[in-house]
Amino acid sequence: MNRKVYGKLIFELSRKGRRGFRIHAAGQAQLPAGIPANLLRQEPLELPETDEPTVVRHYTNMSTNNFGVDTGFYPLGSCTMKYNPKINDEMAAHSVFAGLHPSTPTYAAQGALELYWTLQKALCEIGGMEEFTLNPFAGAQGELTGLMVIRAWHFSRGEGEKRRKVIVPDSAHGTNPASAAVCGLEVVEVKSREDGTVDVADLVPLLDDTVAAMMLTNPNTLGIFEKNIPEIARLVHEAGALLYYDGANLNPMLGVARPGDMGFDVMHINLHKTFSTPHGGGGPGAGPVGVRKGLEKFLPNPRVVKRSVTPDGFPVDKNRRYGIEYSPSALGSVSATLGNFAVQARALAYILSFGSEGLMEAGKLATLNATYIKDSLKDVYLLPIEGLSKHEFVFDGLKDKSTGVTTLNIAKRLLDHGYHAPTIYFPLLFHESLMIEPTETESRETLDEFIGAMREIAREAAEDPETVKTAPHLTPVTRPDDTAAALNPVLTYDML
Amino acid sequence: MIYYSKTHEYVRVEGDKGYIGISDYAQKQLGNVVYVDMPDLGDELEKGEDFGAIESVKAASDLIAPVSGEVVEINEALSENPRLVNADPMANWIVAVAMSDPAETDDLMDQEAYDAYCAENH
Repeated sequence: MNRKVYGKLIFELSRKGRRGFRIHAAGQAQLPAGIPANLLRQEPLELPETDEPTVVRHYTNMSTNNFGVDTGFYPLGSCTMKYNPKINDEMAAHSVFAGLHPSTPTYAAQGALELYWTLQKALCEIGGMEEFTLNPFAGAQGELTGLMVIRAWHFSRGEGEKRRKVIVPDSAHGTNPASAAVCGLEVVEVKSREDGTVDVADLVPLLDDTVAAMMLTNPNTLGIFEKNIPEIARLVHEAGALLYYDGANLNPMLGVARPGDMGFDVMHINLHKTFSTPHGGGGPGAGPVGVRKGLEKFLPNPRVVKRSVTPDGFPVDKNRRYGIEYSPSALGSVSATLGNFAVQARALAYILSFGSEGLMEAGKLATLNATYIKDSLKDVYLLPIEGLSKHEFVFDGLKDKSTGVTTLNIAKRLLDHGYHAPTIYFPLLFHESLMIEPTETESRETLDEFIGAMREIAREAAEDPETVKTAPHLTPVTRPDDTAAALNPVLTYDML
Repeated sequence: MIYYSKTHEYVRVEGDKGYIGISDYAQKQLGNVVYVDMPDLGDELEKGEDFGAIESVKAASDLIAPVSGEVVEINEALSENPRLVNADPMANWIVAVAMSDPAETDDLMDQEAYDAYCAENH
């Protein structure tokens, strides 16, 4: 590969008048007659002009600059970057699904509707919920939808106006307060104890008849399971509020514990995390929302239903059992159609190919893998919270910080070893947070290699700190100026 | 006289005016500052409540008022060049308030106590 030449921008490779292929005069498009002159472009479009090999080499080179879970280990904490089995893509790309128009009549789309319905039921079983909508396009939209369900429920009881507060732990993901604010609710923070779990003593005085809901991630951002969850659920319910489960960390709970059984009333699931659909680079994602019995009537339209008899009692043709319905009790719609269908297809393929036995192993192995890395590194990296953690954990930088090597430096140096960096400087509970989540999909050998690289960096930080501080040294781009990028972003070739 | 809060804001008291900013320790922890979200003139700050936010390449953090009072000046230069906070956090205060209760500095730390507090790595 020649990155020096072909790694340039395509506009830099452009030469005036160069063509990749010849268009004969007879094949050239003619401008249709009758377009007013003031609507016609006066300047020619500035398109890059290159020969075909240059185009191909440029883009092929560029594709190799990408880092993804298909090219290497991606231990990004709180994101569950698990490997995406290829059979998922194959199922989603099947012509019976891929060729389907969103407006296809329901009688001609029975299979697709069955897929939606089956996935919804599977998620109900996994989450311990009564019903799911798969319509939200992402986790954050799922959160908003879930909170809208909660508001609709309070309004149906005549308490919508006075219940305007949402309690969120100070260690929560930023989307929780953001979703509450977008929903027109006021955010109230509850303090965490040192291990990131909710301080119940701090929660009690916050609970009154102005609270609509409390949002929780369990296990929390530090990978610690919230053991007081039955007590928290009781307190929240006694105050007349509902408990919301942020599904970001559902992965270690698979087959072990269900949010519905813990007392949660509403939850969302990130299919692109727990159910192995592609993640990162903008998605697309999917954020299904589940509710306990009594809240299902507020779920958004449209809904997929399965009926063997009509509401009037007539039998339904077995080839027309799945339908789309719009309920007047719904909070409205959050999507024009039924969400990101191809993502749903991938998630169902994952669930069916693992089966319930396989899924029940996933959560345990995710926890085992994370614990293995944590215990193998805690003699050189600072583990601020001892004790049992689940699928992820947080180091507070190096144990020996005397040479001034920071978490940022460690993350950059990992790139030289061929790994994606872990999550850094989140959660905000520590100054040098380094958050690692390996997921269950990595082999023992991969984990050992990663542990070796982390130990090597710790050794280097002590013996040759300058090399770590100036890393990365081997990547196509080394140290972009992140401050300038934030203050003065240059987004087009013309601005260069 | 300069006083510090546990959340790393300072207030420099001049008469009944308090100039509020973030400490040198705080700017070092944050890294390069890219945005300072400031209140408006005339806003009332309440001790212990957030009055704005500061965003760096690393994180966004709330600004917590070390004392109460009405905002009488804001440091406009920071909206043009937020990196001034890194260059000299003590000279580049964020807002000035007409302090409503001078006794509110009583539970803040002086320089010596604050240095000791930072040394414990808070």
